[in-house]
Amino acid sequence: MINLLFARLGRHLDLQLLGIVSILLVIGLITLFSASGGSTERIFAQLGNIAVALTIMWIAANVPLNYLSSVALPLYLAGLLLLVAVDLVGLEVNGAQRWLNLGFTRIQPSELMKIGVPMMLAWYFDRYESVLRIRNFVIATILVVIPVILVANQPDLGTALLVAAAGFCVLFLAGMSLKLLVGTALVGAASLPFLWSSLREYQQQRVLTLLDPMQDPLGAGYHTIQSTIAMGSGGLFGKGWLNGTQSRLEFLPERSTDFIFAVFGEEFGLLGNLVLIVLFMLLIGRGLIIAADAPTMFARLLAGGVTLTFFTYVTVNMGMVGGLLPVVGVPLPLISYGGTSLVTLMFGIGLLMSICTNRRLVRT
Amino acid sequence: MSRSVELRDHRRELYLFQIRLAVAGAIVAGVFLMLLIRLFYLQILQHDHYQLLAEQNRVNIVPVVPHRGVILDRNGVTLATNYAAYTLEITPSEVDDLDAIIEELSALVKITPKDRRHFEKLLAEVPDFSSIPIRTRLNDEEVARFVVNRFQIRGVDINARLFRHYPSAEVASHVVGYIGRMSESDFAGLQEKGLAYNYTKSDYLGKVGLEQHYERVLRGVTGYEHVETDATGRSIRTLRSILPVSGNNLLLALDAKLQQIAEDAFGDHRGSLVAIEPETGGVLALVSRPGFDPNLFVEGIDPAHWKLLNESPDHPLNNRALQGVYPPGSTFKSFMALAGLELGKRTPEDSISDPGYFVLGGSGHVFRDWKKGGHGIVNLHKAIVESCDTYFYGLAQDLGIDSIHDFIGQFGFGKLTGVDISGEVSGLLPSRQWKEQRFDQRWFVGDTISIGIGQGYNLVTPLQLASATAILANGGRIFRPHLVQHIQNSQTNELETVEPHPVAEVRLQPRHLDLVRDAMVDVTRPGGTAAWAGFGAKYAFAGKTGTAQVIGMKGQEYDEELIDERHRDHALFIAFAPAEAPKIALAIVVENAGHGGAVAAPIARKMIDYYLLGVEPKAPARRAASRESDGD
Repeated sequence: MINLLFARLGRHLDLQLLGIVSILLVIGLITLFSASGGSTERIFAQLGNIAVALTIMWIAANVPLNYLSSVALPLYLAGLLLLVAVDLVGLEVNGAQRWLNLGFTRIQPSELMKIGVPMMLAWYFDRYESVLRIRNFVIATILVVIPVILVANQPDLGTALLVAAAGFCVLFLAGMSLKLLVGTALVGAASLPFLWSSLREYQQQRVLTLLDPMQDPLGAGYHTIQSTIAMGSGGLFGKGWLNGTQSRLEFLPERSTDFIFAVFGEEFGLLGNLVLIVLFMLLIGRGLIIAADAPTMFARLLAGGVTLTFFTYVTVNMGMVGGLLPVVGVPLPLISYGGTSLVTLMFGIGLLMSICTNRRLVRT
Repeated sequence: MSRSVELRDHRRELYLFQIRLAVAGAIVAGVFLMLLIRLFYLQILQHDHYQLLAEQNRVNIVPVVPHRGVILDRNGVTLATNYAAYTLEITPSEVDDLDAIIEELSALVKITPKDRRHFEKLLAEVPDFSSIPIRTRLNDEEVARFVVNRFQIRGVDINARLFRHYPSAEVASHVVGYIGRMSESDFAGLQEKGLAYNYTKSDYLGKVGLEQHYERVLRGVTGYEHVETDATGRSIRTLRSILPVSGNNLLLALDAKLQQIAEDAFGDHRGSLVAIEPETGGVLALVSRPGFDPNLFVEGIDPAHWKLLNESPDHPLNNRALQGVYPPGSTFKSFMALAGLELGKRTPEDSISDPGYFVLGGSGHVFRDWKKGGHGIVNLHKAIVESCDTYFYGLAQDLGIDSIHDFIGQFGFGKLTGVDISGEVSGLLPSRQWKEQRFDQRWFVGDTISIGIGQGYNLVTPLQLASATAILANGGRIFRPHLVQHIQNSQTNELETVEPHPVAEVRLQPRHLDLVRDAMVDVTRPGGTAAWAGFGAKYAFAGKTGTAQVIGMKGQEYDEELIDERHRDHALFIAFAPAEAPKIALAIVVENAGHGGAVAAPIARKMIDYYLLGVEPKAPARRAASRESDGD
């Protein structure tokens, strides 16, 4: 009876994905315990986040594919509306308007667009599947650019980057001609100076700081310097769990959230990093396989888009902690403390599961 | 057909999608590979570098300043010491708004604008994460008030620190000197000498006097604490500490009481005095008046006091004993007499008839004696006792400048004595070569004549004159004058004696010495130029008066009352006692005080009375009124 119940509940769960995700979540909790200085309070809070996220994942996994495609457009439009609303009546936190107060909870509409954009594009391409013309790609590009500009305007460069990356991935997978892709890339490159001047001063500073962290060692360069010190001093085997001096003595800023990878690298060394990266690669690989085997255009593009967005997340965070990319507020998926991005990511993973199991169910 | 096209398109699309997916997969693999390479670079190739940086982050090396050695006089009287006091210190890295905190603190303890200026100066100089004093020397009430309110003030603490203190204040200020906070140039100097490792930029070091000269001895060795600190600079724990080694103590030859008596004896007069123990070369007293309070300098002197000291026409910051140069005047005659005897130009019996002037053969130039009408029949003894100029004019001519320079040079005139305080000047003992180099002019016989009575180009420092007197007193043994007698090791209490042996010797015949000494004893007896000062002395008091002209009085009568105080002659006096076995030799210069016998000699008498007999002067110094026996 109970077995049957579990079988029903787990009917739409992909066990491979679930396994990898669980291992990563556990690693996240272990690292968080060290990063927060042994705070069980933090661990319980994160466990709560995980519980919510797993529920969302389960729900997403159980939503039928055709239903999913029908909510793509409303979700996208709702997201756009919320972004505009944020601009008008949003809460200002740390000098940026990102939050919308709904009375009972605060939500970050930009977070929604990380899934909303690839879903919308997948739906759009699926709809015009047989007659894809250049015009369609131009329209699709515009569909990406609008939310990106709104998010970047909050300003939230990190999320804007992720939303853009998500859209770009779908465009790429949908078969946008290489000429067009290169053209778009060139236009993007040409607009860099304009983009630069539109950046806030602190954002410009972050980019400059990446080029030379020592320029301002106690200010903007501090994050990068301290995270590379943490990483480098970890060595091959690491300093051991709870023994990272950079994090324990609070030299490392935002060590529970965006810079948790530095804590992990300091305490578990290069070997630990290798394990972590392999786990992420397995997760992304599984996602790509699901995409390759997906039954419909919508499912293929959605699976591919979600997977590659996940990949962008990981790369941007690790690149930032490793001193390769500017400091943008992107957490490390499944490891960093925080509920919002965890929920979004797990929702994405739920979608992957839904796509995967739907195909299986269709075949049987 | 259309269906098949659609189908083909569909397949082509799927194919394209899978190609693109494969490309994406390759990109994913490539990017992760790049990340791993970066991590390999950081964690393996650059590991040592970052390991070091992490350690530097974590471990703060805090210097522990050693106890500075104390300075004691020959009887154990403290001249420089340390005392512990509470200081109120702010750690700027833990404070957001310094002004607000200081405002808050000034409600609890008094913070003067001077304190604030001092704090801001240090704030600019001292590295992060260290605490900077805002107030020093808190009294008990202030400490209590702060402690009660401490919980609401973050980043402020009370620490017990050692401070340098000079209990005798002005007395011996030029000897002891002072310490002060290191300047940029001080630090550069230490780096040049390779000593910078023992200091931090916020340290104190000796600036003047013994504090400066014996800096290496007094300093000790800085200790270090390796303190684990967090990112805000809070100390978590001490990992390792290397204890500092206290500096060694200086035990001086100087007698603080004697010094005090000498300084009091000067009264308001400017001038200088150096007393030396002839048997050792130890400096018993070294006076330069006016002095200053060295305690003013320790925490940085305030501009008002500095202006007062620096711009005073009395130049209280100059150490006249080492840096003041004066013509030796008639004190030079003792050495001239010895030269005449030793070089065979005079016998004790040779006498002249003094008409009150000396005529230089050939030129017909006339040199006057200080006494109108002259001293009558004068032999060597009388020439010293009455300070007859005419006798020494003739002697100078007979000796010639070369002999004078070579013989008298042996007593250290015109050379640095090598005393253990920095800043000494060499004075001037003129010679033919010197004049040719200095003025590009040959030496005239006329130049030699005034040298004979200590005028002309002659310049000595009080220290040189005292050292030469000590050599005369001890029979020709030359010591390097030294203030420090022993260096006491702070760890073992062992004493290291400073130079107890003579460094050279002037070969003098005892009978010649006795002749000069006997004459010098008669100087302080009735008929001598310092008879008033020697009245009733219970020991053989050898002395010689002198007067140094400040401005030339060509052919004019010198009238003390008519000329500006600062243009009056300097009074000089050299002395030693007891003459048969001298325990003390000294030289005194009292600026603008007129004749040596009247003002300078009584100072010597007071000192020697105390030093030999333990008799302390009763009344405070008083300007001598008697002029009966003065003269030159």
